Amino acid sequence: MKVILLFIVLTPLIGFLINGIFGKWTKPVAGIIAASALGISFILGLFPIWSVLHGHIVEFTYFTWMPFKGLEVPFGLRVDYVSAVMLFVVTFVSWMIHIYSNGYMAGDRGYARYFAYLNLFVTAMLILVLGNNYLLMFVGWEGVGLASYLLIGFWYEKDTAADAGEKAFVVNRIGDAGFIIGILFLIYHFGSVTYSNVFPRAEEVLGYGSTAATIIGLALFVGAVGKSAQFPLYIWLTDAMEGPTPVSSLIHAATMVTAGVYMVARSNAIYSLAPVAQEVVASVGAFTAFYAATMALTHKDIKRILAYSTLSQLGYMFIGVGVGAYWTGMFHLMTHAFFKGLLFLGAGAVMHSMRGLLSIDLMGNLKKYMPQTAILMVIASLAISGIPPFAGFFSKDAILASALEMGHPIIWIVGEVTAFLTAFYMFRFVFNVFYGEEKVEGLYHDLHTHEAPPVMTIPMWVLGILSIVGGWVGIKFGGHIPFEWFVTHTAPTTEVAHEAHYSEALLMGISVTMGLSGILAAWLIYIKKIITADKIANMFKPIYTLLANTYYVDEFVYCCIVKPFWWVSTNFLWKIVDVILIDKGMVDGAGWIAGRVGRGLRLLQTGFVNNYAYWISMGIIILSGWYLVKII
Amino acid sequence: MLTQYMVVSALLIAIGATGVMIRRNFMIVLMSLEIMINGAGLLLITMSYYIGNVSGQVMFLFVAAVAASETAVGLAIAVMMYKRKKSVDINDFSILRK
Repeated sequence: MKVILLFIVLTPLIGFLINGIFGKWTKPVAGIIAASALGISFILGLFPIWSVLHGHIVEFTYFTWMPFKGLEVPFGLRVDYVSAVMLFVVTFVSWMIHIYSNGYMAGDRGYARYFAYLNLFVTAMLILVLGNNYLLMFVGWEGVGLASYLLIGFWYEKDTAADAGEKAFVVNRIGDAGFIIGILFLIYHFGSVTYSNVFPRAEEVLGYGSTAATIIGLALFVGAVGKSAQFPLYIWLTDAMEGPTPVSSLIHAATMVTAGVYMVARSNAIYSLAPVAQEVVASVGAFTAFYAATMALTHKDIKRILAYSTLSQLGYMFIGVGVGAYWTGMFHLMTHAFFKGLLFLGAGAVMHSMRGLLSIDLMGNLKKYMPQTAILMVIASLAISGIPPFAGFFSKDAILASALEMGHPIIWIVGEVTAFLTAFYMFRFVFNVFYGEEKVEGLYHDLHTHEAPPVMTIPMWVLGILSIVGGWVGIKFGGHIPFEWFVTHTAPTTEVAHEAHYSEALLMGISVTMGLSGILAAWLIYIKKIITADKIANMFKPIYTLLANTYYVDEFVYCCIVKPFWWVSTNFLWKIVDVILIDKGMVDGAGWIAGRVGRGLRLLQTGFVNNYAYWISMGIIILSGWYLVKII
Repeated sequence: MLTQYMVVSALLIAIGATGVMIRRNFMIVLMSLEIMINGAGLLLITMSYYIGNVSGQVMFLFVAAVAASETAVGLAIAVMMYKRKKSVDINDFSILRK
């Protein structure tokens, strides 16, 4: 088991090395190498998952990575009830997307490079998920950031793609700073970063509601805000859509962006001690869920609609982990990976056959040309809208129900409104792209629009099936919910003093009504056209403009942060600090001093042997005199 | 007795050092060096005898060997110097300065 566990991480790394080093020669088979590496990794991953299902947590330490006095950081891997879920989701969804990429990226110049990066990403993600301590998680955390940067800027000839990669990297750095601060606090308080040392002692060391627990929780959450693109550090995610679509699917929807949720669920022992930090997590999640959903309403670019939707769904996950019902966050993380992965793959299939066109204004009635993609997109959209029996219903309902039970009625209301918006914008997308009539006459004929090849549709079908059945582990079975039972072994739900109880059927009914009415509204507007979208846009002109410009946040950031930063950098850091202090003062100054001193010392070099002998003798006399004085 | 021996060796070293410092003829400098080494050697043997430990005398054998080889090298250098400049005045050889 020890070797198997190591090879789960190593196999994608080997794939990365093969394609990364020998990419020139492996180009025709790069995709096959990468996908099989992931396949092996997935199958190996089933062994520890099986063991965990039977109640044995798998943990091995391979070597001591950083031996310090008072702090020992091991290189160890751990599969417990939380990381087993992540291990399954990451390896499986990655595998599907690797297969899909074989079709999507076919013929691209950087084919081998693409798969090398993709494998590098999975390696880092697995280190993040499987590491048995916070520092190892941080290694993976940075690794996925790097892979994300490389893949967003994959088509680096395009300025927008290169800029988007840079933006993602810089914004993530802000979050990472918070994460590092959190880890340092942990080291300060616990003298260890290993989960098995920290969590059991958390209550005794920190104490319930202590400032230390709150600070650690908030600092770690800053990291999660950056990586999981929550308000206000979400701005990088929509730009990240410049990368290839399978990348958006894998990294910016299914796996990497959920790392923050995983981290909070992982640190449940700390968050359960810090009610303030929990409140912040849940509130930021609820706000982002609603805020991002409103922005998804007006966008016309299919990938950006999905990007905003991802932000919104990540917000739901943070509601789940924030109110203390960690299993609901993990549950939504899993189902979201299935249906959002599928949505992006579907969008990719559309782009593939539309030669990269993205605007919903150009599409319509695509189901005639791409029937399979259309069906799958409807399945995924029903799942995300929370319609039973699709996967999203169970997880979203679990999150909203626990928000209410844990005593957060406002968050519940926001969540329900967002559920309506989610259903509306998803079906706006579906109806505009796959139904209705063709908006541009003869466009499909000119583009030879056709269904995607099987190498792309098969992974989509697999995810499609999981988008239906993936949520069934959340059905009450013999008195308890299997998924809850599973995750709460590692991440027990926070206990609250006044747990409220509501009729489950009533809550489900409200959720489903919200979803259905969203779909109905989209149907009335975009299919029946009882009122056109333009008319509504005109009626709420100011709001529409605000939404279409995504609340001017990018402009705000540019004016208030980037520009002043630029000004200070140019006028102070460059012209004063760099040119005057560093170049003139330190660099030139060091040379000037050395020159002066050298000129003085040169006088000692006479070239006459007698003089040298004289100085040597003097030296000896002075030294021996000094020793003599010391002895006496 | 010890004091006399020590004074003699100190004098030898001082005379040698003075010679090295003030003389310009390379041959004299070499000879002065030789005097210094012998002064040191005398001190070694004296102390060895005084303490009753033979290692000082053994060390003098090594010193003598080193001194012999040093003289050989020194003389070879002197010959080369004379070949180049027809002089053994060490002030003619101040190229290190440049």
